[in-house]
Amino acid sequence: MDRMPRWADLILVPLISILLAGLISGVVILAIGENPLRALGIMVSGAVGSTYAWGYTLYYATNFIFTGLAVAVAMHARLFNIGAEGQATWGGLGIALVALYLPWPHWTLAMLGSAVAAALFGAAWAAIPALLQARRGSHIVITTIMFNFIAAALLNWLLVGPLKPAGTMETATAPFPPATHIPSFRDMFSFGETILFRSTPANIAFFVAVAACVAVWWLIWRTRLGYEIRAFGHSEGAARYAGIDATRIIMVTMLISGGLAGLMAVNNTLGYSERLILNAVEGAGFIGIAVALMGRAHPFGVFLASILFGILYQGGGELQFALGIPREMILVIQALVILFTGALDNMVRMPVEMIFAERRRARAPIAAPGPARSSPGHMTPPSDPGKPAE
Amino acid sequence: MPDPVPAIELRGISKAFGPVQANKDISLRVMPGTIHGIIGENGAGKSTLMSILYGFYRADRGEILINGRPTAIPDSQAAIRAGIGMVFQHFKLVENFTVLENVILGVEDGPLLRPSLAKARAELKALAEEYELEVDPDAIIEDIGVGLQQRVEILKALYRKADILILDEPTGVLTPAEADHLFRILRNLQAQGKTIILITHKLREIMEITDRVSVMRRGEMVAHFRTAETSPPELAEAMVGRKVLLEVDKTPARPGAPVLEVENLRVVDAKGVERLRGISFRLHAGEILGIAGVAGNGQSELLEVLGGTMKATGSVRLKGQALDISGNALGRARRDSGIAHVPEDRQTRGLILDFAAWENVALGYHHRPAYGSGTRLDLAAMQADARDKMQRFDVRPPDPFLAAKSFSGGNQQKIVVAREIESAPDLLLIGQPTRGVDIGAIEFIHKQIVSLRDRGCAILLVSVELDEILSLSDRIAVMFDGRIMGEREAARTDARELGLLMAGVADTAAGRAA
Amino acid sequence: MDWTTILLLLDSTLRTASPLLLACLAGLFSERAGIFDIGLEGKMLVSAFLAAGFAYATGSAWLGLLVGIAGALLLSAVHGLASITFRGNQLISGVAINFLAAGLTVVIAERWFRQGGRTPQLDSGSRFTEITLPLAETIRPVPVLGPIYAQVVSGHTILVYAALLAVPLSWWVLFRTRFGLRLRAVGENPAAVDTAGVSVARLRYAAVAIAGLLCGIAGAQLSTAEPAAGFVRDMTAGRGYIALAALIFAKWRPWAALWACLLFGFFQALEARPDIFVRLFDLRVPSALLSALPYVLTVIILAGFVGRAIPPRAGGQPYVKER
Repeated sequence: MDRMPRWADLILVPLISILLAGLISGVVILAIGENPLRALGIMVSGAVGSTYAWGYTLYYATNFIFTGLAVAVAMHARLFNIGAEGQATWGGLGIALVALYLPWPHWTLAMLGSAVAAALFGAAWAAIPALLQARRGSHIVITTIMFNFIAAALLNWLLVGPLKPAGTMETATAPFPPATHIPSFRDMFSFGETILFRSTPANIAFFVAVAACVAVWWLIWRTRLGYEIRAFGHSEGAARYAGIDATRIIMVTMLISGGLAGLMAVNNTLGYSERLILNAVEGAGFIGIAVALMGRAHPFGVFLASILFGILYQGGGELQFALGIPREMILVIQALVILFTGALDNMVRMPVEMIFAERRRARAPIAAPGPARSSPGHMTPPSDPGKPAE
Repeated sequence: MPDPVPAIELRGISKAFGPVQANKDISLRVMPGTIHGIIGENGAGKSTLMSILYGFYRADRGEILINGRPTAIPDSQAAIRAGIGMVFQHFKLVENFTVLENVILGVEDGPLLRPSLAKARAELKALAEEYELEVDPDAIIEDIGVGLQQRVEILKALYRKADILILDEPTGVLTPAEADHLFRILRNLQAQGKTIILITHKLREIMEITDRVSVMRRGEMVAHFRTAETSPPELAEAMVGRKVLLEVDKTPARPGAPVLEVENLRVVDAKGVERLRGISFRLHAGEILGIAGVAGNGQSELLEVLGGTMKATGSVRLKGQALDISGNALGRARRDSGIAHVPEDRQTRGLILDFAAWENVALGYHHRPAYGSGTRLDLAAMQADARDKMQRFDVRPPDPFLAAKSFSGGNQQKIVVAREIESAPDLLLIGQPTRGVDIGAIEFIHKQIVSLRDRGCAILLVSVELDEILSLSDRIAVMFDGRIMGEREAARTDARELGLLMAGVADTAAGRAA
Repeated sequence: MDWTTILLLLDSTLRTASPLLLACLAGLFSERAGIFDIGLEGKMLVSAFLAAGFAYATGSAWLGLLVGIAGALLLSAVHGLASITFRGNQLISGVAINFLAAGLTVVIAERWFRQGGRTPQLDSGSRFTEITLPLAETIRPVPVLGPIYAQVVSGHTILVYAALLAVPLSWWVLFRTRFGLRLRAVGENPAAVDTAGVSVARLRYAAVAIAGLLCGIAGAQLSTAEPAAGFVRDMTAGRGYIALAALIFAKWRPWAALWACLLFGFFQALEARPDIFVRLFDLRVPSALLSALPYVLTVIILAGFVGRAIPPRAGGQPYVKER
């Protein structure tokens, strides 16, 4: 039995969670002696007040869309992929290799080739934890965490050793050749004298991310594979009974998930830094968890949550400038969002359910409560994405 | 002579789980030193009532009196203090602990374990001798059989000085021989002055061992009898609320060509235990073969192997074609070869409870062209198909957008049956078709099964309800310990003969003569 | 191969292993009770910061330790609230706690000390100092044993010895007391504990609190026990995860946890001294790769190639009475 209307489940509960997270963040800001409202104002104007601000906000949002989709897709199969960080790191490596060592005639081809490489490398980094989960029952949460560390260590080694151009001091690869440079928002949206998005990192990859949202929506709710992924996520026993091969679903889902995380590198590595640098992912893989939870694992929700986190990220940087509040404040907000929308979901949900039950009882004292409705295209994610698959 | 003070008296107990009223204004008196049966169909609210008495759930309303004194039982600790012990249907044992550790858990004699264990060891020995309850105190629970595990549960209750012992469906997992032994133990306990409440849905057990019996139906207590003064038909009627038609209206079968030929089927589980030990049988078109047996004797494994979700060795032929039985992800291949499967457990196998009905109606058939082309799913086609099937199988309400979890047990089962029967199979595997299903839906489902048979489908029916097997099957095979103990024509056998086979008594001379 | 180097290596192994060990035992109590805890990292970090901050402010390492423990306990309470009372996802709660700690410590450190997210240097009066065990100098001349005692065993802070002592203590509590029996039972089959009349929630809260206590000590050790002299941002640097790895490696057993943490501590000691590798094996292993070794090993263990690790059966699942 559903205890509340769908709009409450999809909008009201997440909204209350976010407000709670915001409230506590405000208290933290208050506690360190700043005015939360002033901080909010600075953040918002710093994040959306100009095309310059938007140029950063959307750049960050693009990263989060990719990693958020990665986590969300896995969640539908009740797999908790904490490894988007490492998979995105590997996506960057894939791009660096093809951009540096293959001759590209034009940026369109370079972007296509890079995207394929990034997705393949990301998927490859997800493949081993997936295989271990499917075949040996190794808990994917722990293995993906381990793989994040291993990826970081490997990249560290590559960037101080084999991939570092001789004679430089930086831990980074050589710059990619100009033919691989993809259009930034400035290139795309400036006309004649009006230059928009001046010196901002947002680039064409944002549209790739939007396309990825649509593609994931299509995959999950309009294809047979998506049906199987959701079936597996909701009930492993029923999925097996229905002839859905658990190994195949775990593998395919995690490859898609890793591929999406890898694609993030099209934005940050190919589109912005134009060479592979150390720690290029900057925690976006983990923000993907917050974004997926907040967006209820739905691509549209992920999109909205990513924009919000983009604002937070860009605005948070402004806080440091204007008020001297460290960027780490973003981590606090991110943590609170994960806590309230994820782990403490029931704390918010139970009172809301109770209110709706009361109202229903008041309206129809005798009639049984209306049965649960489930409509196509929308669905709350599996309640427990962390549960290991058999 | 007036009755003495009841050991237990319940007054006006009510309990709801969300919108479901599990117990409605229940009153009950259990006399000391008696064995009191509580009988009712699945879902009648027996287990809920007893869980309230044991403090596992709290009643919304009502009063509990123990030996005439009103007693609040907010948790299990209070129940234990009041001298109540309970053996749950699903045992509450820590599997990797020893018997001894399980016995003392929660009633240790101090902060250190050593003295508690020593004391329990001595006391267990005394209890074992007193009540015929021998069990190795150092055995690990997961290494011993269910019969012994149940014994540990009884010992746990006795160690806690229980005077009132509640047993919830205790024979469900036992062979008839083990059940007989359990009943001996219960009589023994009764002789020592203990009061026993036996929850069951089996009339035979009520008649065999109880002194009094109370009947529950749909959350309400509907009748009380002295066992000696009642009869199985009277009890059955009280249970279901009207005269029961146990007979299913059907004509004799006209078996056609063999559809399913099973030979020497063997399954070894993860622990290395052989669950199927060489099963062989044949099933013809237009015939219902019933598989009878106590739960856990290999019937589930047989269904899983045939349904493509469990590995086995041996040979299975469908209409002369060998089936692949070497994998556990062959459900789709099975459906494509014409086998439909109504699984034993609709909640965890047959349905995805969070999915809408229309998504469930496609479950297992979602790869078929009827539901879309290529990789794409045609949602409109799926929904129309579901609406159609739900109407024809009288699923209430016939709304394909409802989540499966919001249908009643009977309507959930109709969705599963509709999906599987409408796939027009050559062979239907059907397990526990009416478990937890109300009477009306039972009749409907039975009719559908018979009508499918009459259209020439071969049907393999697995049920632990002997009555269901007897009334539906054309032929009956009895499984015990992974083997088929014997096969009978349904028309020429009876519950008594099948009961012997279910107990593992090998095929008798009389059987061979038949 | 030279003897002094080995002694040095063993000495620093013991020192690096002990916070791992405390965190590992913290995870052990929590997970044995059925509560997964990937928030070990965050609890240690918060404690490391608070311990250093208060040790600096009060001049007492012991007061710092107490406040550090209190901070870790607070995060434990959040974890308990989410995963026990509100039956939320334990993994998600752990992730949130780690981020919360990573963010809050820097934000507050910056506010208090304005040194870029670190605490000021602690002088020797306000940190735990190294203790020379009795007779260390007397026994030193004895061949083999003497130097081992004097250099490896002796000369650590009291927190190192506390960590070592925590191993037998944990074993004793878990396997020889009523509390331990119930705690292990609740991680295997909470319904058995519930029907035995014991509160599942109270036991799990107790386990989570013990985890907080141990993480608190571990964190304080990182920032206030010599040779450490203060807090720097993200100073746990993945130790919470390595402790989890060690826990799996140890198959949730206290004595095995000791050996696993010593092994991982040894790797960390080696990582800090890549020159030793060259001298010992005539092999240049990049330290970056060496740092990945515990993680690689854990994956291999998890894959079941070196003995299967079976976690407590009710681990990760909130307890809901069945219908």
